[in-house]
Amino acid sequence: MTTETEAPVTESLSFRKVTRRFGALTALAGIDLSLRADAVTAVVGPSGCGKSTLLELVAGLQEPDEGEIVRRPAAYMPQRDLLLPWRDALGNAALALECQGVPRGEARRRAVPLFERFGLAEFERVRPAELSGGMRQRVAFLRTLLQGRPVLLLDEPFGALDAITRADLREWLAGALAEDPRTVLLVTHDVEEAVFLADRIVVLSPRPGRVVADFEVDLPRPRSVTAPAFTELKARALEALR
Amino acid sequence: MTRIALAIALLCGFILVWQGIASLDTVDDLTLASPVETWDALREDWSLLMDNARVTLVEVVLGLALSVMAGVLFAVAMHLVRPLRDAAYPLLVGSQAIPIVVLAPLFILAFGYGIGPKLAIVALICFFPITVNLLDGLRSAPPELLKLMRSMGASRLRTLRSVELPSALPSLFSGLKIAATVSVIGAVFAEWAGADEGLGRLVLLGNNQLQTPRVYAGIVILTLMAVGLFALTALAERIAVPWNRKDALQ
Repeated sequence: MTTETEAPVTESLSFRKVTRRFGALTALAGIDLSLRADAVTAVVGPSGCGKSTLLELVAGLQEPDEGEIVRRPAAYMPQRDLLLPWRDALGNAALALECQGVPRGEARRRAVPLFERFGLAEFERVRPAELSGGMRQRVAFLRTLLQGRPVLLLDEPFGALDAITRADLREWLAGALAEDPRTVLLVTHDVEEAVFLADRIVVLSPRPGRVVADFEVDLPRPRSVTAPAFTELKARALEALR
Repeated sequence: MTRIALAIALLCGFILVWQGIASLDTVDDLTLASPVETWDALREDWSLLMDNARVTLVEVVLGLALSVMAGVLFAVAMHLVRPLRDAAYPLLVGSQAIPIVVLAPLFILAFGYGIGPKLAIVALICFFPITVNLLDGLRSAPPELLKLMRSMGASRLRTLRSVELPSALPSLFSGLKIAATVSVIGAVFAEWAGADEGLGRLVLLGNNQLQTPRVYAGIVILTLMAVGLFALTALAERIAVPWNRKDALQ
């Protein structure tokens, strides 16, 4: 039995005994999860544990085989930036609004303040080919924000970047979320990234994905990756992953 | 720059070899006109050749335009409607298998000596490369991007306009380049089947009247026409697809 409910504003995004299969393969098995509003929930797990499936279920790109998902309007950010090479940075972000029926000129105008707020104003007219990997990912994030939805679904947003750019972008994202809190479901296989960004970490088992650990990250922000409390939490998450 | 110099050198070499073979005693002047004879014919018959070339060029350009319109319409429709694609694909391939040489006289018989049947034949010969390439191009957008568009709530037409059509442009131009070159051959076939003017007809007449240099002069102009159309298409591609191909979505 599959049911889908549009949640009233007060109810948060949640999974109830959600199972998803692909043929004989079970990707997710009986996931129970409820997200706290305006907090970052990180889902970590080994490759192939159904993390991306989880996001696509929330985004409405897939339907569960069993169980129920209470969905909230969500903006999905895939691992690859998927910027259109024929549009400049502003046009790429504005695409989010055009998809909602906003005319192009108006969409571009509404994207401008966001570029200014996130320090990308000088890159508005630059085409993706001339942007670095980190900049491209920032533009992709603005495209996600511009959809104006209360929930953000981030699918390994920095997975394709080198370590230095990654650390840089992590701090940038933490800053962006501190300024504009959203309900975030962040999928990653990088435990450090999870501890750095999240308020709560959910660990999934190898396929079929089940929740094997779920704990709060109660560290003050901005976080330092070298703080003892940080490394301790990281060790705990890694232990749960084994 | 070196590329252009090399191309010119190769062309000169080709003309020299051509002249050499044509000057051999064993080669009949009626089968092979030398470059010099061809050049003389070009100069002597210039206005005659140009008048007829204009007719052929109009047939080619209008036929191509017709073909582009029909091709884009068909490819987009087939892309959007899956059953139509499955049903129409064999017909599309069949359109290219039709022996134009056989079909052309029937067209003339049915529709007369006017420009109509010529446009139809040029359009028919160009239709396949344009439609098939565009159809492939429309499918070249990465599936993740289509998924992202769906997650952003994009309508089918929005995805077509913002993602699929722009990503199909390089393929469309590949098809157009092929079409540009075969369109001239189509026009010649059409004129051979029945026409009272045009370069194809002039070449056919020249052949019958043993005016070999004039035939060669006509061939040179027809070739230049095809090369020119190809170059124009390539130029249009550079303007319409300014983003780097290496940076394409794959």
